[in-house]
Amino acid sequence: MNKVILRLLGQRFLLALLSLLAVSVVVFAITAVLPGDAAEEQLGQSATPETVAALRAQMGLDVAAPVRYGRWLTGLFKGDLGTSSTTQMPVGQLIGSRLPNSLMLAAITALISVPIALTLGIASAVWRGSWFDRIASTSAVGIVSVPEFLVATIAVLIFAVKLKWLPALSFASDIESIGQMLKAFAMPVLSLCCVIVAQMMRMSRAAVIDQLDAPYIEMVRLKGASPARMVLAHALPNAVGPIANAVALSLSYLLGGVIIVETIFNYPGVAKLMVDGVSQRDMPLVQSCAMIFCCGYLLLVTAADVLGILANPRLRHG
Amino acid sequence: MSDSNHKSLRHLVGPQDSMRMMESLKRGATRRDILSMLMAGGMQATLAGGLAGMAMSAHADMPRRGGRIRVGTDTAAVTDTLDPSKQSNKTDYCRGSMIYNGLTSLDSSLNPQPALAESFTTKDAKTWVFTLRKGVTFHDGKPLVPADVVFSVMRHKDPATSSKAKTLADQIDSVTATGPNQVTVVLSAPNADLPVILGTFHFYILKDGTTDFNAGIGTGPYKVKEFKPGIRSVMVRNESYWKPNKPYLDEIELVGVGDESARINALLSGGLDLIASVNPRSVDRVKSAPGYSLFITQSGQYSDLVMRKDMGPGANPDFVMAMKYLFDREQMKKAIALDYAVLANDQPIDPTNRFYFAGLPQRAFDPEKAKFHLQKSGITGKIPVVASPASLYSTDIALVLQQSAQRVGLDLDVKRMPADGYWSNHWLNSAVGFGTVLPRPSADVLLTQFFHSTAAWNESRWKSPVFDQLLLSSRAETDFAKRKQMYADMQTMISQEAGIGIPMFMATLDAHSSKLKGLVPVPLGGLMGYSFAENVWLEA
Repeated sequence: MNKVILRLLGQRFLLALLSLLAVSVVVFAITAVLPGDAAEEQLGQSATPETVAALRAQMGLDVAAPVRYGRWLTGLFKGDLGTSSTTQMPVGQLIGSRLPNSLMLAAITALISVPIALTLGIASAVWRGSWFDRIASTSAVGIVSVPEFLVATIAVLIFAVKLKWLPALSFASDIESIGQMLKAFAMPVLSLCCVIVAQMMRMSRAAVIDQLDAPYIEMVRLKGASPARMVLAHALPNAVGPIANAVALSLSYLLGGVIIVETIFNYPGVAKLMVDGVSQRDMPLVQSCAMIFCCGYLLLVTAADVLGILANPRLRHG
Repeated sequence: MSDSNHKSLRHLVGPQDSMRMMESLKRGATRRDILSMLMAGGMQATLAGGLAGMAMSAHADMPRRGGRIRVGTDTAAVTDTLDPSKQSNKTDYCRGSMIYNGLTSLDSSLNPQPALAESFTTKDAKTWVFTLRKGVTFHDGKPLVPADVVFSVMRHKDPATSSKAKTLADQIDSVTATGPNQVTVVLSAPNADLPVILGTFHFYILKDGTTDFNAGIGTGPYKVKEFKPGIRSVMVRNESYWKPNKPYLDEIELVGVGDESARINALLSGGLDLIASVNPRSVDRVKSAPGYSLFITQSGQYSDLVMRKDMGPGANPDFVMAMKYLFDREQMKKAIALDYAVLANDQPIDPTNRFYFAGLPQRAFDPEKAKFHLQKSGITGKIPVVASPASLYSTDIALVLQQSAQRVGLDLDVKRMPADGYWSNHWLNSAVGFGTVLPRPSADVLLTQFFHSTAAWNESRWKSPVFDQLLLSSRAETDFAKRKQMYADMQTMISQEAGIGIPMFMATLDAHSSKLKGLVPVPLGGLMGYSFAENVWLEA
């Protein structure tokens, strides 16, 4: 790879580390400010002062907040993500059992939504002003305005309860065949696609329209190139930057923002784990989940930037 | 039901023929086969038809072995545990009753029945002798010995265990093995309800010295096949269970589905066979779908209005009386619980309890008397009332109260707190607020935990030495009639003097596929007091 990209990657990596550190401090501070702590939350109504004190000592919560943060950070450098205060299980194991599920759901959604969004966006840009463009844009805005729990609930009512075609819950562990996997994932993926397709579509439409108005495109047309070649070989490579960024932003939502879909379909993913962790005041778990979402976001944004540079020869050679 | 059908059949055709019919049904005969069998013997068609029908329903009521069900409860958290001392949510209780047994178990009237203890005797309610059942083994083959019982019960007293049942275990002085199959329990003070306490979820019997609970080794009807906290657990039948012929099902999968509509959708689409905690507002969906039934458990759970007697408006007894008269109980039962409730009388013992005092006159909705007491109390201005979704129906009850209060010129300001952290921050601290009490195994446990002068959960801070003394004597009293009278007095005292208002006792609603049989309500909680696993079977 060439020097421009390497330098960019190096810079980004350092910035990423700084961002992760900052995020960890902020998350820790905010969770520490919340009323109650893990021992109180776990004992709930049956908390008496002795049992709370005993549980606190057991969980290691009887020291000051900065000390706890310091302990967690040193553990992290050694590669130990810590132990969840509520279940006494290693955080790595807890997340490890759920992260593949989240990644799989995100990957399948991305695989389906990105091609659809790009095709619709580019087609709308090429035929802008036509009835296709108007219908596509309006329905995209309409669909994204509908809250995803409504889409999910209606889908479940129709496809699971009335027609009994698809299962109402997605058990990530019982999947044995591709057919079963498709059935279990159909509705969650549908609900998530409805949310992210619109944004990607509109962004790609705007980026391509912006390029199609440039003078060099007029030159390409005068040269006699076919419309397909004009769009795909000339306009699109210049539009990759903003499109990749929009795609990265939308996809980063898929890792941590899918709590509603996970709740409705009882899908064991990382988002629900984090929400449970917050309500249980389980500090190590919340920290690790926040780190993962942050990493995911940084990775996607960096990839988008690199793609933007690679697609543009002017930037590629410095 | 099965017995009466069986008996009529035997009376009509004679024992041999009825046995022949039942045997062929077991082998898979259909109604037509039974009909042809009867008519071949020369019976007339209509009589044969009636007998065939009777045989079919007698067969349907007999437990059938085999099958696998999926159960959905309403909580699934990564804090799920198989350690009985730390369990507190319904899913955990269900799992516990699948893999463990206690010394006793509670039946549908909350009477203690022998389980791992074949018999239990006492002379003075202070020293109890439990004779253990012979031939019981744990899932890994180790036989049950008194040392297991000693370990399982005494560990609750150790503060390091952080057991949820520590306050109940504190009254146990010692548990010792006094014979190859005998355990003696000595209490610090007489308690006639010890067998009931030992039949509750926390006191399951574990293997002596267990430290890792994830394997779930117990003596129960099912063995752990898979346990993923927060996701699901799968249990398989324990082939060497000490109860003959039980359990009926081959395998049970237990999943926690937090969202109520997701749970009901899963049931109605065939993904689950039994679900817990159905909201009364969703009952129509279940009832209108063919092949699904509702399972109602009336128990003693209630949400109560707490008026602290040591501070705020509750310190004035006339204010407390006024509020009690402002409860429009009929309206609340109809509109909030949709009739899945029983009226309550500002005291916590419900009609399913053997000590319920029916002679206490029901306090009615009386705005006139409320107005009189309110004026006498001299309290004016806005009174904040704290409610929360964490406390079942409390926000709805508070709003109905607010409406009734407006009629007598009392301004109640309902403050709705989020469910998160309600129990730690608001419940026992608000001057006027709401609490929820889940069903308790015995009247003694409930009154001790919530109404004794020194109880940690004495919500209204009501202190009555007469009540405390009555509570202590009723615990030691072994004569049932005398005990009942004492409890009647205590219920009257609470209704008249304590700072709590209880409008109704709420029923728990579960739903299931009609193919699942054998569910009988146990007032300890939904799903047969969480012990449905060994009692249910799947129809063909």
